[in-house]
Amino acid sequence: MDTILEIKDLTKIYKGFKLDKVSLKLSKGYIMGLIGPNGAGKSTTIKLIMNLIRKNSGDIKIFGMDNIENEREIKQRIGFVYDENCFYEDLTVMEMKRVIAPFYKQWDNKVFDKYISKFELPKNKKIKQLSKGMRMKYSLAIALSHNAEFIIMDEPTSGLDPVFRSEMLDILYSLIQDENKGILFSTHITTDLQKAADYITFLNSGKVVFSDDKDSIIENYSIIKGNNGILDKAIRDKFIGINENAFGFEGLTNNTEDIRKLLKDKVLIERASLDDIMVYTVRGNE
Amino acid sequence: MNIIISNASKEPIYEQITRQIKDNIINGILYQGELLPSIRSLAKELKISVITTKRAYEELEREGFIETVPGKGSYVSAQNKEFLKEKKIKSIEEKLSQAIEDSRLIGLTKEELKEMLDILYDNI
Repeated sequence: MDTILEIKDLTKIYKGFKLDKVSLKLSKGYIMGLIGPNGAGKSTTIKLIMNLIRKNSGDIKIFGMDNIENEREIKQRIGFVYDENCFYEDLTVMEMKRVIAPFYKQWDNKVFDKYISKFELPKNKKIKQLSKGMRMKYSLAIALSHNAEFIIMDEPTSGLDPVFRSEMLDILYSLIQDENKGILFSTHITTDLQKAADYITFLNSGKVVFSDDKDSIIENYSIIKGNNGILDKAIRDKFIGINENAFGFEGLTNNTEDIRKLLKDKVLIERASLDDIMVYTVRGNE
Repeated sequence: MNIIISNASKEPIYEQITRQIKDNIINGILYQGELLPSIRSLAKELKISVITTKRAYEELEREGFIETVPGKGSYVSAQNKEFLKEKKIKSIEEKLSQAIEDSRLIGLTKEELKEMLDILYDNI
C-alpha cells in the first residue's frame, strides 16, 4: 500500500462556503503542499482529514483506512501541527508534554528532548509566555516525537521568520529521507513549497484548481509579457489572467507551447512562480 | 562532485542535474561503479523536491549513464568513453557551426574568426 492519503469527492457545506468535491492523492515518500488564498478551504480540508469537523459527503482514506472508522489507530501514526493553539495555556512546556505523551504508544522522550534543545525552547516557561514562533516550534516538537509516518501541518510557517522557515524545510527534508513517510502542509507562503514540495494541490473557492506534481505545473504555466497590440481574442483565450497597463501586458498561461508557437519572438516568456499562478488564477481576467 | 542549481535558468532543474552528472562522468570525476547519492539525500542537499531528483535519475538511466539496483542505490554504468567523446565532439561542432553562421551574418571573415578562436583558446 503506497498511498498515504486519498481523498475522493470530499464535500462540506457551510453557510456561504462549500468545499466542493475535493479529490487528491499522496503517495508515501513525498511532500504535498496545499495552497490557496485565505478562505479557499485549506484548513477545512485539513480539519476534515483530522476528523475535527463532520463532512457532508466523500471519502478520506489514510494509510488505506477510513479516517473515521479507524480514527484511533490512524492518529497514533499522524503528527499534527495546527496554526491555532491547542495547548493548556497555564502549563509549562514540560508539563504539557507529560499530558500529551501518554496518548502515544510510540512516544519517544529522547527525540522530544532533541527538538526542544534544537529549537531552544525554555522547558519551564508556561505555554502562554511563548511567542507565536516558539509555540509553532513547540507544536512541531510534539508532532515529531512519536515516530509519526504522516505529518500534517496547517499553516506551519505563517508568522515565522525566514530563518526558522528554512530550518523547518531542513527538518522536512530529514523526515522524508525515510521513504515510508509523507507530509501534507498548507500554506500561503508559496516560496517554501516552491523548493520542497513534490506535489501541489491548489484550492480556490472550495474547489481544486489542480493537484499535480510541481515540476509539471511549473513547466506548463508561464508568465508572458508583451505589447498590448498583439492581444486579439484568440490570443486572450490562451490566458488564465491578463494584466494590462499603458506600456504593455503581463499574463499567465498554461498553454506555454501554443503561445511559443504563435508569438515566438514577440513576447517574453518567463517561468511562473506558484505565487503568480495563485494570484492570476484567483483574480482571473479582472 | 559538484552540482550547482540555478533557479533563474530556463533549463528545467532535472535537466540541470542530468547535464552536470553526465559532465562529471565524461570528465572522469565520477568513476564507473561509483555509488551516487540517493534521490532523497540529493533532494535534501540541493533543496529541491524528491520528484525532481527522481526524474533526473530516471533520465540518466534511460540514457545508460547510471544503473539502479533496487534497495541498494544508483551506480555509474560502465561507459564507452569513445562513444561519449564522439557525442561531445558532435555538440562542439554544432556550437561552432552556430558561431560561423553568426559570423557570416555580420561579415566576419574566416581569418578573423580563426584569430578570435586562437586568442580565446589561449586565454580560457
